[in-house]
Amino acid sequence: MQFFGGSDVSPSPPAPTAAGHNANVMYMFNRNGVCLFYREWNRPLRTLNPQQDHKLMFGLLFSLKSLTAKMDPTSVDRGNLGVPQLPGQGCSFHSFRTNTYKLSFMESPSGIKIILVTDPRTGDLREALKYIYSLYVEYVAKNPLYDPGTPIRCDFFNTNLDQYVRSIS
Amino acid sequence: MPTVGPRSGDAIFANVERVNAELFTLTYGAIVRQLLTDLEEVEEVNKQLDQMGYNIGTRLIDEFLAKANISRCVDFKETAEMIAKVGFKMFLGVTASVTNWDIEGTCCSVVLEENPLVDFVELPDTCQGLYYCNVLCGVIRGALEMVSMKTEVTWVRDVLRGDDSYELQVKLLKQVPEEYPYKDDE
Repeated sequence: MQFFGGSDVSPSPPAPTAAGHNANVMYMFNRNGVCLFYREWNRPLRTLNPQQDHKLMFGLLFSLKSLTAKMDPTSVDRGNLGVPQLPGQGCSFHSFRTNTYKLSFMESPSGIKIILVTDPRTGDLREALKYIYSLYVEYVAKNPLYDPGTPIRCDFFNTNLDQYVRSIS
Repeated sequence: MPTVGPRSGDAIFANVERVNAELFTLTYGAIVRQLLTDLEEVEEVNKQLDQMGYNIGTRLIDEFLAKANISRCVDFKETAEMIAKVGFKMFLGVTASVTNWDIEGTCCSVVLEENPLVDFVELPDTCQGLYYCNVLCGVIRGALEMVSMKTEVTWVRDVLRGDDSYELQVKLLKQVPEEYPYKDDE
């Protein structure tokens, strides 16, 4: 029996890290900015409280998506900066890398955003993100006890996700 | 890295888990019968079926997007084709086609060649206003709303009411782009 309670998204207890574990942090948002899921496997520094951290992350991605779509040199139709875009319209960035981490991003046309922060040497994670999206569909969207738009509290999703992430690092 | 193109409805349908068709039909029939007993008014039952379909559609869209591996459709015409060719095939195993486009391209008809929900069904005289498959209208409406399209879906022709085929009219009301959800002063 699954129990769903609480409306605050608190960090799940960190899964035991194996040596050389690659994935550091994962976020999932829906189109309204609700943080559906947050999981950290390896995060030494936390500067903000969880709510602010989620809002910052969502705002960053929202702006980056808008900016990358407007700066697209190949697209014919570009609205002015600040005009809201339909999810999936225009080009969409899929990762950025700094000298300490790489952030990979995927957005489905239904507005579900999946973010994975990893080691900077990680390759292209687009297929991995698609697989995580299919895990979400399998264990969360199809779960009749899950209320769409609320934080995810499904054990099956957690365990399968942990297994998968461990297997790709 | 070459991206994988969208998968066809037949390919996906061949790979999903199946359930016994009679079980599916009889379960749906039991739902409708129970709604008729509980609500008594045929209009109320129609609304309830639509609402149930809407709740299904809002969840179904993610499964559809994950399995069919498609990115955004360019316009509403492509959306309708996707629903008919991939969506209906993938979830119900039926072939559907899109016809009757209006001039602006915002309204079309989806014609179903077969309908597994209505096997063994005949409407009695007491239920003449009932749209037995109204759940399908709700599913399409719910799913499209999750991809930012507000639509209106109604039955144009229904074999249970004496017509010769199942025809749904799907009308695009408007596209709703996503807004930044947080207020600046929070």
